Amino acid sequence: MYLPRYIKQLVGILGVSLLLALPLTSQAGDLLPSIPKGKGDKCVEPTADMRINHMEYILHQRDDTMRRGIRTSKHSLKECIECHNAPAKDGKVARVGNKEHFCSSCHIYSAVKVDCFECHTDKPENAQYRHAVKGNH
Amino acid sequence: MKQDTDMNRRRFLGQAAAAAGLTVAPGVMLYEVQARPADQAATSKQRWGMLIDTSKCSTGCTDCVTACKTEHGWGSTETKSNAEQQAQWIRKVKLTDKQTGHVQSLPLMCQHCETPPCVDVCPTGASMKRADGIVLVDKHICIGCRYCMMACPYKARSFIHEPLMNQKPHAPRGMGTVESCTLCVHRVDNDGIPACVESCNAKGHKAMYFGDLHDPNSEISKRLKEFGGEQIRADLGLNTGVRYQGL
Repeated sequence: MYLPRYIKQLVGILGVSLLLALPLTSQAGDLLPSIPKGKGDKCVEPTADMRINHMEYILHQRDDTMRRGIRTSKHSLKECIECHNAPAKDGKVARVGNKEHFCSSCHIYSAVKVDCFECHTDKPENAQYRHAVKGNH
Repeated sequence: MKQDTDMNRRRFLGQAAAAAGLTVAPGVMLYEVQARPADQAATSKQRWGMLIDTSKCSTGCTDCVTACKTEHGWGSTETKSNAEQQAQWIRKVKLTDKQTGHVQSLPLMCQHCETPPCVDVCPTGASMKRADGIVLVDKHICIGCRYCMMACPYKARSFIHEPLMNQKPHAPRGMGTVESCTLCVHRVDNDGIPACVESCNAKGHKAMYFGDLHDPNSEISKRLKEFGGEQIRADLGLNTGVRYQGL
């Protein structure tokens, strides 16, 4: 269904606001996604922007990297995983399909199937990987 | 023209950088200085290629194949596939001359053709050649029809028949898509050399060379100019990026 971009954004913002507001209510329970915190101070784009547009950024970066060899890390899926799917304190790494996985926590809740991990790995290569995101790099 | 001026300046800077590179003896460089910033696209100024000296490639040695498996994680991951279905990005081929009994051994992988038949036949544009000559499969739009596997005269491509987990972050692979040698594009984009070449040199065999075919000063170009390099199935006129000596 075609909707103008601003409508999509408005719906997204309303949805996100609802998600943020709901935990304050007493009935929220375990149904809502509990989004694991990323490792850096802040994400490469403002959080609200990422919630609405992350798929656009990843799609754009995908073609740039795959077809043209542009390997900047700002919007790369690899970097998303490095930062957002950190191993737990016991060294275990959440796998896609579990609610503990950063991507799955929302995607399971919203019932939106994500195909990325049919081919891409869902965990960082180096379990000890640590880096801090410094502003808009 | 401004563009020409910039090009000359760039060439001058490149030469200056090359002169400042690590030199062990006159004319011998330990590595070539050709950094491309991460935010710039690959261009046709370069064409990556490989040269394999079959006289130094011994029968029974599979160091290049092992290095490729380790780098990209293929081979042991396809547990449910049978031997014919399993991925094979690079393989060792043994040639025996029935007349003389002379045996030769060589690694065979995607030959990174200038005019790749796999790209010609692909119905979606997934099979593609990058500007710098590296032939790749864009698995995002591959529909798994396997036309490219039929078209390739080198049988260089594999199809993944089963769900995979624990891929390497730099080598995404998945069920329903075709894959093949990427010339270690993730390393090349980072000024590295393919894992097979690195392993072959590190183990002291020195049968494989990697470099820029468009740069007359690269070691591979010099060797090709001096000793020549044959294409496998040269009759097809594909102008392969992988060349062999001593065939």
